[in-house]
Amino acid sequence: MKYLIKGGRVLDPVEKRDGIFDILVIDEKIAKIGNDLDEKTDAVIDATNKIVAPGLVDMHAHLREPGREDKETVLTGTRSAVRGGFTSVACMPNTEPAIDNPVTIRMVKEIIKKDAICNVFIVGAITMERAGKVIVDFDKMKKEGIVAVSDDGACIQDERVILEAVKGCKKNGLLLIDHCEDMSMAAGGVINKGFVSTKMGLRGIPKEAEYKMVKRDIELAARSGARIHIAHVSCKESVDLIRKAKRDGVKVTAETAPHYFTLSEECCVTYDTNTKMNPPLRTNEDIDEIKKALADGTIDVVATDHAPHTDSEKYVEFDNAPFGIIGFETALSLAVTELVDKKVLLWPELILKMSVNPAAILGLDKGNLKTGKTADIIIIDPDKEYVYKKDLIESKSKNSPFIDWKLKAKVTHVFASGRLIMRDEAIL
Amino acid sequence: MIMEKKTMWTKKDLLGLEHLSAEEIELILYTAASFKEVTTRQIKKVPALRGKTVVNLFYEPSTRTRTSFELAAKRLSADVINIEIEASSVKKGETLIDTGRNIEALKIDIIVVRHNCSGAPNILAGAIKSSVVNAGDGWHEHPTQALLDMFTLKSKLGRIEGLNVSIIGDIAHSRVCRSNIWGLTKLGAKVTVCAPKMLIPEGVEKMGVRVTDNIDEALKDADAINVLRMQFERDGATAFPSRLEYFKQYGITNERLKKCKKGIVVMHPGPINRGVEMSSEVADGQNSVILEQVTNGIAVRMAVLYLITLAKEARR
Repeated sequence: MKYLIKGGRVLDPVEKRDGIFDILVIDEKIAKIGNDLDEKTDAVIDATNKIVAPGLVDMHAHLREPGREDKETVLTGTRSAVRGGFTSVACMPNTEPAIDNPVTIRMVKEIIKKDAICNVFIVGAITMERAGKVIVDFDKMKKEGIVAVSDDGACIQDERVILEAVKGCKKNGLLLIDHCEDMSMAAGGVINKGFVSTKMGLRGIPKEAEYKMVKRDIELAARSGARIHIAHVSCKESVDLIRKAKRDGVKVTAETAPHYFTLSEECCVTYDTNTKMNPPLRTNEDIDEIKKALADGTIDVVATDHAPHTDSEKYVEFDNAPFGIIGFETALSLAVTELVDKKVLLWPELILKMSVNPAAILGLDKGNLKTGKTADIIIIDPDKEYVYKKDLIESKSKNSPFIDWKLKAKVTHVFASGRLIMRDEAIL
Repeated sequence: MIMEKKTMWTKKDLLGLEHLSAEEIELILYTAASFKEVTTRQIKKVPALRGKTVVNLFYEPSTRTRTSFELAAKRLSADVINIEIEASSVKKGETLIDTGRNIEALKIDIIVVRHNCSGAPNILAGAIKSSVVNAGDGWHEHPTQALLDMFTLKSKLGRIEGLNVSIIGDIAHSRVCRSNIWGLTKLGAKVTVCAPKMLIPEGVEKMGVRVTDNIDEALKDADAINVLRMQFERDGATAFPSRLEYFKQYGITNERLKKCKKGIVVMHPGPINRGVEMSSEVADGQNSVILEQVTNGIAVRMAVLYLITLAKEARR
């Protein structure tokens, strides 16, 4: 098949390309990029007034398979990803069973091969059953192709275990992704600790529960030389620590998620459990600092932390609801509204945060539009406004605080692994 | 007692005092005053809620609040059903919303809910068309308790505006405290909260109160004190090691009262730990209005049930 993507603003920060170009895709590969290409093709896609970019890369997602297919499957999850413009996602190992051994990895790979409609990469667990005690066999898991390790929501508390894990990562060249949370400080908390938690009568999670572990991880990275990536940074103090660490040359990278620069703890006051996440939504001051950190490079990545939960799990008392929200389908729109429109980032910088940087951190040959490469291309209508409706959500779960929000910027076309998988907003 | 009626009640539910206006709070107190008269009659019953059904849905054990709501509904001639569910068994069974919807399917009018989780009444109210009255949720609010506290204060001292009211005890875990803060400050009282430092929650001063951990400071100039129950069986245990030590430092005794304003009103939402929050002499003494609070609770809850029903009829 031959496709010609005509007249779009092509953004490729890696190739330093930002201008009106045509892209020719032949047999799943990017064949040519140039001006006024005039080839005989099977289809011409008009990208006038649109942005053509490398497919987005999400380094933090939960696809729930195996074990919690009631929340999400690889099929529904990747459909949701594609809807949001992600052509590559890294799935976290907090499945049932946890992805903590080569056999389970092979099983997940089989599911991906069968059902995924975009690229899915696997993050392995650090400890068996993510219990924080016994380190997994990094060697064997690396051979099975994991792109990083993480115990995800179960931050390792034991100093000796984390030290051993960091050494193992260094030896195997593995990236360690850490959800920073001191469990004893956060214990039982459901919302940011402060005035809002006080007036709502809910147990608070102090910022210290997060930044204390960020500090620990920075020290570990500095000492061991291992690569550590801080997941979903939510507060000012964590940003300050990471900024200083980077200045000191420590090999640490960081991500945040759209809700941490879009929503504050004030959104929780209705007890809507779709505002319950971990780390919790913080204050307006933290939002400002997260934005600054994205602008100055302290935070490298915008990831989704796509965390599907069923209605029956979420539609309960605030204390009893699970943490997390779905994020694939709203991430780009929220980033455009909060970051590009508010002049925190330019469009090419946003593509860096949502495609180039996560690909580089995970060591993937993604996030660029080099000729000869398998096409992972998205076309974005940057000005299109729409209402995010519950019944149009691709994800199996609908736990989003952004339902019925008026959003801006929509992905119209997606090439994933060379295949045109979405055309004119319709998944094929 | 002179009370003015300035507004109409329009809300479907009573979830807390935080989002009520001063006028709405005064309307409840005004309405309660006329129901108080009913409770002193030979035949303590009016037909205001005849043919209506009130369900007391209690996820936490409660004697006085449930009985008070039950009597209030019965004195308005409503039919009353009591449902007590042990919170620990809920996780295995029906969700709060399913329970609420099932109760609603029985064609009832008002659900009075007590729940151990803060915000549970808010979630329930959003899921059903029937009215929801919060009878205490977690550490969040206990609006009818604060209303009866204010009603009692107003009966005793003739006003709320300008009064110095100190709330003493486990501020961090008290829904009574939060509702009192919202209600009293809206009506113009100056509120002080007093507790050991570990029991003062972060940011509470932003609710418009003065904060101290010094009992003498809290008692000085106070026109009334509201003494909260200390619950040593939960977080209080780490915050304060011993009942005796708490009583020594914060307990209300006759010695402490002697140094206070004459005629200081002593309130307690009950149940009292005698010899912990206050001495028996104080609890049973002439400044104590603790039993009047209990009596007034019925009139206040009658007013709430009545106003909510009236508003619903008006919407029809």
